[in-house]
Amino acid sequence: MSQANNMTQPVKSVSKEKQKKNAVMIIVETFAVLLCAVFFLVPFYFIIVNSMKTSADAAKLSIAWPTEFRIWDNLVEVIRARDYMVLTAFFNSTVITVVSIILLIIVGSMAAFVLHRRVSKLSRSLSGLFLAGLMIPPAVVPTIWVLEQLNIFKTFTGIILVEVAIQIPFTILLYTGFIAAIPKEIDEAAIIDGCGGGKLFFRIIFPMLKPVHSTVIILNAVTIFNDFVHPLYFFPGSENATVQLTLYNFMSMYNTDWNLLFANVLLITIPPFILFLFFSEKIVSGMAAGAVKG
Amino acid sequence: MKSNKVYSYWLLLPALLIYGLLFLYPTIVSFFFGFTRWTLTDWDWIGLENFRMFFQEPSLMIGFKNTFIFAFLTAGLKVVIGVFLAVILTSKLRTKRFVRSTIFFPVLVSTIAVGITFSVLMHPSEGLINLALDLFGIDGPDWLGNPDLAIYSVALVDVWKGLGIATVILIAGMMSIPRDYYEAIQIDGGNKWDAFRFITLPLSRPAINTVILLALIGGLRTFDLVWTMTGGGPGFSSDLIASIIYKQYQAGFYGLSTAGNVLLFLMVAIVVFPLFKFLNRKEVDL
Repeated sequence: MSQANNMTQPVKSVSKEKQKKNAVMIIVETFAVLLCAVFFLVPFYFIIVNSMKTSADAAKLSIAWPTEFRIWDNLVEVIRARDYMVLTAFFNSTVITVVSIILLIIVGSMAAFVLHRRVSKLSRSLSGLFLAGLMIPPAVVPTIWVLEQLNIFKTFTGIILVEVAIQIPFTILLYTGFIAAIPKEIDEAAIIDGCGGGKLFFRIIFPMLKPVHSTVIILNAVTIFNDFVHPLYFFPGSENATVQLTLYNFMSMYNTDWNLLFANVLLITIPPFILFLFFSEKIVSGMAAGAVKG
Repeated sequence: MKSNKVYSYWLLLPALLIYGLLFLYPTIVSFFFGFTRWTLTDWDWIGLENFRMFFQEPSLMIGFKNTFIFAFLTAGLKVVIGVFLAVILTSKLRTKRFVRSTIFFPVLVSTIAVGITFSVLMHPSEGLINLALDLFGIDGPDWLGNPDLAIYSVALVDVWKGLGIATVILIAGMMSIPRDYYEAIQIDGGNKWDAFRFITLPLSRPAINTVILLALIGGLRTFDLVWTMTGGGPGFSSDLIASIIYKQYQAGFYGLSTAGNVLLFLMVAIVVFPLFKFLNRKEVDL
């Protein structure tokens, strides 16, 4: 790496071989960045540019620079559409995401604690049962049937509980990995001091899980906010809009106004982008760790 | 045994209740309702009728073929391209942070947004992809409008979106290989290709297995990308089992839809469980 810097100031001691290596490295670098830009940045550039255009301009579907900047008008029009549907959708999605995550943190960490610490046949088979949820696709209509029996179909309670049920296996997986690293001696010391199970967990273990809590929050936030399938099935109805459902519906509504559609795409991509800016390391390591342990 | 008492099942109960009621129970009853004509309030036992439908109706049968193509193609491409990228990104590349972030970001973007964007980019005459191919004198196909091609086009977009996670897992696997091994093979006179063949590839086997399994599990149950990009069309040509489940649900054929769920469950079981066992056994051999 430092050799490359020497390139600019020709030093005689740098052998020809090294120079050749550096040249190859620079070609590889340029090539990698270029390919990456073409394949991965152009689509985003396309979204941004088209969200700024006029309707006629966007109809050309090109990546040309806008002739007239209309980003603000486009955003306002998208937000006003169908009686501020986008705002309702953002509100609904936020409620679903936040409440689901709070439940997942509490319920998931408690479960992971017991599943990891308890040594018995039953707890091992329960672990297996939870892990199976990582692979098995949810049964759609039967879930609707259960929700209807409980009178929570098409309600916030219903969709939130479904999101929790779907995400709990992955959440438990993340917590178990971390709890395994907490020495059992800590439990024993607390037990000797007279702590019961609940107190031990909430007073001592739960605060120690802070690093995983943040991983759990970020990963679940992205998954639940971006979820399209489950709200589609379990949270239907025009007033029950979520951001992804709204975007999907706008696709047929704006099939001639690409500028508005892409303004909506842009709007929806901003929250994950902000998360990525601040927590990219956490997201990447969390996803890789969760996956490898699974 | 005494310490077990502290780890009370009461702490597990809330999780088990939610998961049991809204995930396990529906999965179990699907094995009953899949054999019925079902209106949610009433059911008629019709035996294997729903399943026979699935295997006789060409519009339903195609879902199996497409689901397998989609799952295996995306899993294969993610592994091959992912290994290639991971090797580059664990090298001395100075721009690797930038490249890694760029490749990873689509993982976080909503599938619907990706689907919409690529349906536009794949427009046969005005889409950016075909315009770019034109520059090289290639007459680009009608990516999503050609029934023989649509499912493959969607699969490519899925690879684009999911490549980041595969690459990151593979990078983690390759980073955990001790440096000494590479030094050893260098001393033995091996070149870079040997190092890749004899060290990198076999020792990142656990990571590769993880990527294969995750991609297969995700691929078999994919719904949203296909639904946004083609809606299963043209005709039924790009329908997956998951999109058929949705279509039958919309049409009010709840029993048939549930039978689709049972079949999807069985497909996952038939493909993923044995593969999981097989891949893990191979790991022990190393």
